[in-house]
Amino acid sequence: MTTDTSTPPVAARPEPAPRGRPRRSLHRRRSVAGIAFALPTAVFVLLLFVLPLFTVGQMSLSEWTLLGGNLGLNAPDNYSDLWSSPLLWPSIGFTLLYTGIVTVIMLSIALGIALLVQESTRWTSFLRTAVLVPSALGLASASLLFFGLYSPNIGPITPALQSLGLIDEAISFLGTPQAALWSTVFLVIWRFTGFYMLVLLVGLQGISLDVYEAGRLDGASRWQLFRDITLPLLRPSIALSLILCVTGSLLAFDQFFILTRGGPDNSTVTVVQLIYREAFSSFDLGGAAALSVVVLLVLVVLNIVQFRALRSTD
Amino acid sequence: MFPNTQHTRGRVRRGFTGAAFVAAAVVALAGCAGGGGEGQGGGGDVGPEGLDDGTTLSMWTRAATQAQSEAFVEAYNASHENQVELTVIPTDDYQAKVGAAAGAQNLPDLFAADVVFVPNYTSQGLFTDITDRIASLDFADDIVQSHIDVGTYEDRQYVLPHTMDLSVMFWNKTLYEQAGLDPEAPPTTLEEFAEQARAVDALGGDVNGTFFGGNCGGCAVFTWWPSVWADGGEVLNEEGTEATLDTPEMESVFEIWRGLVADDVVAPGFREETGATWTGVFPEGNVGVMPMPSTTIGLMPDDLDFGVAPLPGVEGGESTFVGGDSIGIAASSEKADAAWNFLAWTMSDEAQLEVVAQNGDVVARSDLASNEYSDADPRLVTANEIAAEGRTPKSLRFGEAFNDPNGPWLAMVRNAVLEDGGEFDQRLEEIDAILSQ
Repeated sequence: MTTDTSTPPVAARPEPAPRGRPRRSLHRRRSVAGIAFALPTAVFVLLLFVLPLFTVGQMSLSEWTLLGGNLGLNAPDNYSDLWSSPLLWPSIGFTLLYTGIVTVIMLSIALGIALLVQESTRWTSFLRTAVLVPSALGLASASLLFFGLYSPNIGPITPALQSLGLIDEAISFLGTPQAALWSTVFLVIWRFTGFYMLVLLVGLQGISLDVYEAGRLDGASRWQLFRDITLPLLRPSIALSLILCVTGSLLAFDQFFILTRGGPDNSTVTVVQLIYREAFSSFDLGGAAALSVVVLLVLVVLNIVQFRALRSTD
Repeated sequence: MFPNTQHTRGRVRRGFTGAAFVAAAVVALAGCAGGGGEGQGGGGDVGPEGLDDGTTLSMWTRAATQAQSEAFVEAYNASHENQVELTVIPTDDYQAKVGAAAGAQNLPDLFAADVVFVPNYTSQGLFTDITDRIASLDFADDIVQSHIDVGTYEDRQYVLPHTMDLSVMFWNKTLYEQAGLDPEAPPTTLEEFAEQARAVDALGGDVNGTFFGGNCGGCAVFTWWPSVWADGGEVLNEEGTEATLDTPEMESVFEIWRGLVADDVVAPGFREETGATWTGVFPEGNVGVMPMPSTTIGLMPDDLDFGVAPLPGVEGGESTFVGGDSIGIAASSEKADAAWNFLAWTMSDEAQLEVVAQNGDVVARSDLASNEYSDADPRLVTANEIAAEGRTPKSLRFGEAFNDPNGPWLAMVRNAVLEDGGEFDQRLEEIDAILSQ
């Protein structure tokens, strides 16, 4: 380094000397190491995601029964048969209705609670924990819990209200289509609001207090602060919540499978229940796969649209 | 389904993949262990009792009948060289698990199945033919015939009864007495059943006349079809490809239940009862009389004074739905002789008396209907005796047509009993369309 005048003296020169072969070998070593680090993930993605995806695609084009296995290609029968199911359109309609209700109510409540508890005091941290606790419960377990609570025979709600003299007859939480829908919505909100509150809370805490201060100096009211500062700056968090909530609700299964089984009178059948029914009640994996592929494509399109819409206005 | 699934139905259905891995691992391990007989279908030269040479056998059962299967396996392992390794699978996952294992040639040596789904398995060749082996048993003719019939495919027999679950009438003697009814006189016709239910319901307060799973197609099949059979009616044709539900017998059954619903004789919650908790109502002691699975006899609280009777027809007669699980040897098993040793033992006097009867369950052999354990409890004799007269419907599309909570049968039942019975013909057409596929 001392004798070589052709190179200008640099304060913090990157690694000296290695030229030619040694450098390339280091480079190669590094890329090998990189590949080695990425390999486990790649293998998992390949085995657990790509491969099943191809299998589902193949199933959807084949006559494939649950017990008989693959009986050869029959494309596009599985797809054309989909439309003959009398439950298809009602289940799509119901899934969309459920998604709309859950998304609007849950995200509103989650945002409200997030605003309430964003400052850290002892009281709000208790509240945060309380709202978040249901998220630690599996959805199926939560559904079973509510199944018990809602039951007119073994549930505690009816006797409690009766002893208070508020009702005479047992309340039928799952007995009518409307009641079943709202009872399930209540369960889902109880179970998931904490999670979305957390997502929004992180977003809220990322907003600099300076912005609010500047707003206040300009004489903005509380509502103006919320509308013109909080909401726009919270957009990324809201976008994330929206996408997660819509996708999750469109794929609703456990809660209805356990609470209502699609009843009463097929009023709460979701699209995923239809897939399950096709596979394990009709023993037709081909038909179930075809419906899965359609749902997957719809979700991909929907997510792209949501991403675009929420990003373009940034 | 059946009735026994109802106790566990609705339980957690998840960890699908995880469970599949575990199951695959279990099967793989079981595959490594022990050798055993060469296992050719007909039985051949190993004698009617099969081989007991220290073979390790894998076996699957669904959670609904876990208790009975575990009792069998424990007693067998304690007294035999062969060892059975039992894997219990969540009831709602069972079809999926068997289907996946069948595709991958990964079935265990022995597997039990809800009897109504057995035709699906036999027609796909999942079970080993055991016709000759069954015939070699001394008591072959006394084995409950309805399970054998359902497990017969193209004149070959593939399964034996594993657990028996019959639909029988339960009545609460204490409430009968309070209502001025004879506590020792259960209904002998369905009309009488309705009268007695109404009489008990008149007690008022928390007491109700009867109960049923109003959002559970399988429950209606299990508890109402026997009344049609008792009157000499049929619900399916012999091949199970067509429903004959448009009979006066079926209509009368619907009508009687519709009347009970209209008069508010049924305990609350029946409209949304999916079958998950329908057997939990009677044990509370506030329901007068209702049809339920015989497997719940042993689960009743000690202080409940109740009786058990056969299900009556509208006009009289008696019958029952013989549900429960059948068991067979997987066609892919290489240890058929050893597996048969287990099956033959489960049907023996020893197993039927010391395991089944002692646990308060219904025996699968008519010659053992009256035994030292059941004699102590007349309710069990009733159940044991009715088993021989009972029926099990057979159809390849049974689950899709009748058990599916979103299927046409449940819609028909709800229309007929909770509403005015409209759209009957349309539902019947839908059922036939499924059955004839």
